[in-house]
Amino acid sequence: MNITHFFASSVGKKAIMSLTGAMLGLFLLTHLAGNISMFFGRESFIAYAEHLHSLGSLIHLFEFGLLIVFILHVYYALMLFFENRKARPVRYAVDRSSGGSTYASKTMPYTGAFIFVFIFVHLMNFHFTDHSISIADIVRNNLQNPLLSFYYVASVFALGMHTSHGFWSLFQTMGINHPRYDNFLQQGAIVISVIGAAIYSSFPAFTYLFKSFLL
Amino acid sequence: MSIINLHLKIWRQENSKAQGRFVSYESGPVSTDMSFLEMIDVLNERLTLDGQEPVAFDHDCREGICGMCGAVVNGHAHGHKNATTLCQLHMRHFSDGDTIVIEPFRARAFKVVKDLVVDRSAFDTLIASGGYVSVNTGGAQDGNAIPISQKIADQALDASACIGCGACVASCPNASAMLFVGAKISQLALLPQGQPERAKRALDMLNTMDLLGFGNCSNERECEAACPKNISIRHIARLNREYIKAAFLSD
Ligand code: SF4
Ligand code: FES
Repeated sequence: MNITHFFASSVGKKAIMSLTGAMLGLFLLTHLAGNISMFFGRESFIAYAEHLHSLGSLIHLFEFGLLIVFILHVYYALMLFFENRKARPVRYAVDRSSGGSTYASKTMPYTGAFIFVFIFVHLMNFHFTDHSISIADIVRNNLQNPLLSFYYVASVFALGMHTSHGFWSLFQTMGINHPRYDNFLQQGAIVISVIGAAIYSSFPAFTYLFKSFLL
Repeated sequence: MSIINLHLKIWRQENSKAQGRFVSYESGPVSTDMSFLEMIDVLNERLTLDGQEPVAFDHDCREGICGMCGAVVNGHAHGHKNATTLCQLHMRHFSDGDTIVIEPFRARAFKVVKDLVVDRSAFDTLIASGGYVSVNTGGAQDGNAIPISQKIADQALDASACIGCGACVASCPNASAMLFVGAKISQLALLPQGQPERAKRALDMLNTMDLLGFGNCSNERECEAACPKNISIRHIARLNREYIKAAFLSD
């Protein structure tokens, strides 16, 4: 069997979802760690941003890689989504869960779509914007707007839901499931997602609630 | 024992090409000691005497071991009771006056033949694609000649409990057959007898599953919750492992 065949199989396609999901998850965690510098005041946040930019082409290479990973994740997600719909042409009149699925697992395609839109908005707000003012002011200009601030919190909530299933699911897909630690992985995915979402949503919430944040 | 009366809404479909629809029936008095299939038997007796077409449904052993029976009852494959086949589901789990909606298993790979009867020969195709061990005949070997640890034997036996009923496909939001295929691949991958064909089996069975039009697993765990034999999704993880290993490492 050749490798293109592997990536065309159901397990192969899901392996791509799993690996790209893991990479996106790692990115989210580093992004989160970096953003925490906001809590140490305007200077340290700006210093962190400048430090990132001083990496120069390395950061562009990283962004390019991230883009590829992201496109793969979305592309395969869409493919799997439509294939799976086709696998049951006639729906049930009464459709109930037998107790396996969770709210998060059932809504993966929808939270995914929500996050997809959010990433565009987020990039427009912070990346493709006028960088003659400092990053701290860009944050303040954007997130002091109540609507945008609320939208960020909602999106982070969707992201948390998505990862609360995804962080466990990616292990199962790669064949990593053992009674000794599967429960730990399931709970761990939820705990990391809740903590991550709480910290992420504190950035828009603080900027909006405390007018002197990052000043 | 007590007697209950139920409102039934049953999927009726003349043949695989016909347009199906739900038809409402009154069950008449049903003993709570009856099984779900006996309840339909009683209804069918009445329909036959009235000159109507009885409800077609699959069954064989009626003791939960053959995997022939199965329908989706109020949104649950094999009904709402945990680890129970439809033939072993007793009417005491329903209350007087309940409305029960009964539909066939739905999946692109399982065509409705008539009413509640679905064609699950896709599972036979899957087994034929690798769910076996090849044994060259000769003098029978001594059973104890192949040592198997108790732990492995237990796990293989757990996987072998699968009766091929198809409830995993029916309950999966993606109509995936991963639990069935996972159980079969696990059972044989764990045992020494399954080793010679191990990699080929994983590749062939999974590729056949994809070709038959089953969906892709998205780890919803509905199959495990609906399976009448409590097959664990741990076997799906083993299938994933076996397939990835075979795809990258086997010759
Ligand atoms: S895994 Fe369970 S639900 Fe699926 S066919 Fe086997 S016994 Fe039925
Ligand atoms: S009729 Fe054999 S398992 Fe139900």
